[in-house]
Amino acid sequence: MSAGTIREPRRVQAVRLLLAGVLAAPACFFVFWMLSLSLKTEIDNIAYPPNFLPDPPTLQNYVDVFAQNDMLRYLLNSLLVTGLATGIGLVLGLPAAYAIARLELPKLGALVLLARMTPALSYLIPLFFIAKWTGTAGTVWPVVLAHLLITVPLITWTMISHFQAVPREIEEAAAIDGCSLFQLLTRIVLPLVRPGIVIAVVIAAMFSWNNFIFSVILSAPEWRTLPVAIFGVMSFEQLSWGPLAAAAFIVTAPMLVLAGTLLRFMVSGLTAGATKG
Amino acid sequence: MLNKRGQLMWLAVPALGTIGLILFVPWVFTAGLSFFEWRFTGAPGFVGLQNYATLVQDKRFGEAVVRTLVYTAGSVAGPLLLGLGAALVFVRDFPGRQALRLAFSFPMLATPVSVALVWVMMLHPQSGVLNHMLSWFGIPPSAWIYSQRTVLATLIGIETWQWTPLMALILLGGMTTIPEELFEAARIDGASAVQTFRAITFPLLVPYLLVAAILRTIDAVKSIDLIFVMTSGGPGTASETINLYLYSNAFAFYNVGYASAISVFFLGLVFLLALALVWVKARHAVAA
Repeated sequence: MSAGTIREPRRVQAVRLLLAGVLAAPACFFVFWMLSLSLKTEIDNIAYPPNFLPDPPTLQNYVDVFAQNDMLRYLLNSLLVTGLATGIGLVLGLPAAYAIARLELPKLGALVLLARMTPALSYLIPLFFIAKWTGTAGTVWPVVLAHLLITVPLITWTMISHFQAVPREIEEAAAIDGCSLFQLLTRIVLPLVRPGIVIAVVIAAMFSWNNFIFSVILSAPEWRTLPVAIFGVMSFEQLSWGPLAAAAFIVTAPMLVLAGTLLRFMVSGLTAGATKG
Repeated sequence: MLNKRGQLMWLAVPALGTIGLILFVPWVFTAGLSFFEWRFTGAPGFVGLQNYATLVQDKRFGEAVVRTLVYTAGSVAGPLLLGLGAALVFVRDFPGRQALRLAFSFPMLATPVSVALVWVMMLHPQSGVLNHMLSWFGIPPSAWIYSQRTVLATLIGIETWQWTPLMALILLGGMTTIPEELFEAARIDGASAVQTFRAITFPLLVPYLLVAAILRTIDAVKSIDLIFVMTSGGPGTASETINLYLYSNAFAFYNVGYASAISVFFLGLVFLLALALVWVKARHAVAA
């Protein structure tokens, strides 16, 4: 038996329900208000006292934010950066995780924490200049490279425990049959850890997608990612609330829609290196 | 077998090498530049420890350090205490528990930039919804992030709202490892809820509280997205933390050598805080 299985009296359950409602209310209102702002006209949005429900609701803000701000381009940029960083992260992280698991060097997992606790500016400022001097500043690569600091540690850390769960007997049998290490990995081990790979990809992609400051410093204007482009909407249009809320909703929608699935992964990504995988 | 270990080692090299290069090359670069005077253009001029001497006397920097520590203390204490309370609420079953726990966790899932932007709109002193809703309860309007007096507290409040769920979920994970028999025994002995918490839940939760505190401290001290988007360190310098001052020195004042010295100091501070907490945790593990 573990905590949570004891049945409590109805009165106690009611108190819990009430308190949980109080805890969840600000978050619910936040999402409601973001949607409400994004579906109202500008006149309604700056009215005081505020109108809570859009009347009538309009999708004009979503049309505007795409039409006037090149949002599609930034959306594709974000997909590209997250895609490349996650893809390269897999190529680098999977073999490393396998090696760490088999060599039983879990202390190397501490490197995850190192990457995590380093203030981003301490490496972003030098990377900014290195990108300038190497002539790569106008390309997507500096920001992709920086995003590897997110994806490689997260993928490696997530995969270690999955590789450890693969029985060694299977590998030993394959080795006796004359399998090379490469064949062993690609034909036998990786198919066995496929569910783990899916989890690792989701975790890495989430953190890469949400990242803001890397692209602020390292992206040329045409390579900005979505979060930075949305911040640009605020700076240049003097707080045009409807489009701003629409943009804010677009970038965070994938996270909220999949919240039920993503929450567990988010926690495991945020605690990577500090607790057991 | 030795051969196999060697082969395996090589598998880890590309990942470790890449991370090492992206982190350490910039650090060496930063450490080096901190001994130079360099303003973006021209050749850097060697000035020895001049930048560090300036740092010690820089009043604005000193204020940023104090502000960072205040911000960190508030942004650790708030989420940790509220998170403990939330975990105690969610630890046992009640109707709608799963759904409410998920809704409660939205803030940590949402993209930080979206969180910051929507809060800017909600906190607007004239047409923001928050002041309006507070007026229902007779609470006078506040200038929130638009006043030097309230900006830091407001940011701490939002950071607390955003990260309480993570603390709660870590602590919930810890609570579910406590054997139910202990609670059963406490109940048979007639222990009150408070006694049970003090004698069973809290002591067994300490390792999880420490992990949560370490993670939160690391994140709070280098918090940047929220402050950058909502206030950029303003009004004036009222919310300028080390991170924001560092950014300004590099990209607004083009004083890269000085920014590098700040960077070195900041890295040192973060590692010291992390080490202190890890040390506390290790000591506790031995004592337990």
